[in-house]
Amino acid sequence: MADRQSEETGGAASRPFPPAIFTKIFRPVFTVVLTFRGLTAITFIIGRVMPADPVLAIVGDRASRDVYEATYIQLGLDKPLLEQYRIYLTNVLSGEFGKSIMTTRDVLDDLIRFFPATLELATVATLAGIFIGVPMGVLAAVNQGRWIDHLVRVIGLFGYSVPIFWLGMVTLLIFYGWLGWLPGPGRLDVFYDGIVEPDTGIILLDAAMQGEWEIFRNALHHLVMPASILATFALAYIARMTRSFMLDQLNQEYVLTARVKGLSPLAVIWRHAFRNVLVQLITIIGLTYASLLEGSVLTETIFAWPGIGQYITTSLFNADMNAVIGGTVVVGICFVGINLISDGLYRLADPRAR
Amino acid sequence: MAEMSPQETATPSRARAWLLSSAPQSVMQARCQRLYLSARAFSHNPIAMAGLLIILTLLFVAALAPLITSGDGTSQVLRDRLLPPGAAHWFGTDQLGRDIFDRIIWGSRITLYIVTLVAVIVVPVGLLIGTVAGYLGGWVDAILMRITDIFLAFPRLILALAFVSALGPGLENAVLAIALTTWSPFARIARAETLTIRNAEHIFAARSQGASTARILLHHVTPLCLSSVIVRLTLDMAGIILTAAGLGFLGLGAQPPLPEWGAMISDGRQYLLDQWWVPTVPGVAILIVSMGFNLLGDGLRDVLDPRSGVG
Repeated sequence: MADRQSEETGGAASRPFPPAIFTKIFRPVFTVVLTFRGLTAITFIIGRVMPADPVLAIVGDRASRDVYEATYIQLGLDKPLLEQYRIYLTNVLSGEFGKSIMTTRDVLDDLIRFFPATLELATVATLAGIFIGVPMGVLAAVNQGRWIDHLVRVIGLFGYSVPIFWLGMVTLLIFYGWLGWLPGPGRLDVFYDGIVEPDTGIILLDAAMQGEWEIFRNALHHLVMPASILATFALAYIARMTRSFMLDQLNQEYVLTARVKGLSPLAVIWRHAFRNVLVQLITIIGLTYASLLEGSVLTETIFAWPGIGQYITTSLFNADMNAVIGGTVVVGICFVGINLISDGLYRLADPRAR
Repeated sequence: MAEMSPQETATPSRARAWLLSSAPQSVMQARCQRLYLSARAFSHNPIAMAGLLIILTLLFVAALAPLITSGDGTSQVLRDRLLPPGAAHWFGTDQLGRDIFDRIIWGSRITLYIVTLVAVIVVPVGLLIGTVAGYLGGWVDAILMRITDIFLAFPRLILALAFVSALGPGLENAVLAIALTTWSPFARIARAETLTIRNAEHIFAARSQGASTARILLHHVTPLCLSSVIVRLTLDMAGIILTAAGLGFLGLGAQPPLPEWGAMISDGRQYLLDQWWVPTVPGVAILIVSMGFNLLGDGLRDVLDPRSGVG
């Protein structure tokens, strides 16, 4: 019975092999290695096995005979599939994604150039989601069943249901086209382009460090719309989860005790109940951040934001397989990495999970 | 008792008593009772009913498309291009003079086609992998679940993008790509359900009567997994619609002249600032339908899963 119960929780620790103590220590490492293997295997199949001619998919149809044959040898296409996968894996591990036909640079260099823009966008959106979503969720839980709760639910449903690219276009139409309050697509106005030295690639940081406050303000204005659009989903998700975690806590007996002791409602909510919710929220925020890095694909297309999502989609249309696969692997690694970090933080913050 | 009250009220009250009796006499009665109680809880949930209404309207509109529209949504009248919404064209016309209302109505069929196809692929695959893993346990379970975890850990839209880029753009390939990135949660759910019922007595009974593993999985385990799978499917429908629309928007899903809603937004993008109705109206259709599925799923979960609590 005990065995069955532990199995119901779905933990791998209950399996007889490998032993429990071993899995407890090595499971995170094991998971990462395995997930990475899976990730490379899937991208290998997509990039090398599925296309009718993988060489053509990489060099394009205007490549010369020499280039074609060099790539053919380099990919090891005359060797068995497993050997090809081994070559691919070594390449990925050493950051060798090959050259991009579109930009004629190494895919890795491209990814390093494009990544900061996505990072900037997703970070600001996640922060917005946290600072608006968390209070919204708490408010809804405290006022369960009242109009404010229903309002939060409707906003949440909207965030889940709206096509993000459409919302982006509608806000562009209203705030840029009709009202003229915010600037159009892009990261900066054209005449500010290239003034700030890209130290980190994150324009807000670079401009602040170099004291270019006018550019900082312009970049911030450009960021408002895409970040708000991207934050819609984050906000919906975070508010909904905060509400349900908060409801769990508010029904606990220690909350009742705190109330009976005569603590003010605010102290009960924020200092007692919310502190316990905070730990659970770490995982949710990690998940949101990871999904926004990915979700930025469509937002970047709408707002001409030169990030990794736009890089992947433009490469896709130029049949630039190396770039597509490189981008997919990098986003996948970030996704897995962020989830791992939030899992680790959760273990640190919650003594029961240690 | 029944003779005392007038005939009109006697029949429904007897039917109600039959439906609410605490000691059902037959399996059929028990099933009807459960259905009745769920339906009653469901109909008292305004959110779920709103969702149901939206989905029924979608089905209705898709079925009656030839009667509602004036053409098949692909006929071009270049003289009437980019007309604003009005009496002749409720939602205006697009850059090729096609009626946007007609195209949206016909597009509902494509949306239904996509979600049905994805569901038809994803549910059996998820159920098969999940129930086999949960029932057999051991190494089979470990291997199947690691594969599931890998797909769960992968960002969905990016994976779908990469798949379509390798397979080539098109409606069927988009469906395949979405299915490949959607099946994993269903396997997880089916496995979790299987673990809770695999040691139940009726399973032992079936096994001792000599039922094969396949028969037990199909006839005794799968039916019990269905309700949570259906709830998850309804909630996932919105995600499927949004991913399909996203692929369509990027030009990787349905190809022109098919009136797919995401592709319509993409086609009309350059007219955003001057003829705003061309790209914005199809988005409203996507929003309403995915909202409908979310409302329905939320309501179904409230009804079928008492643990989640009614919000």
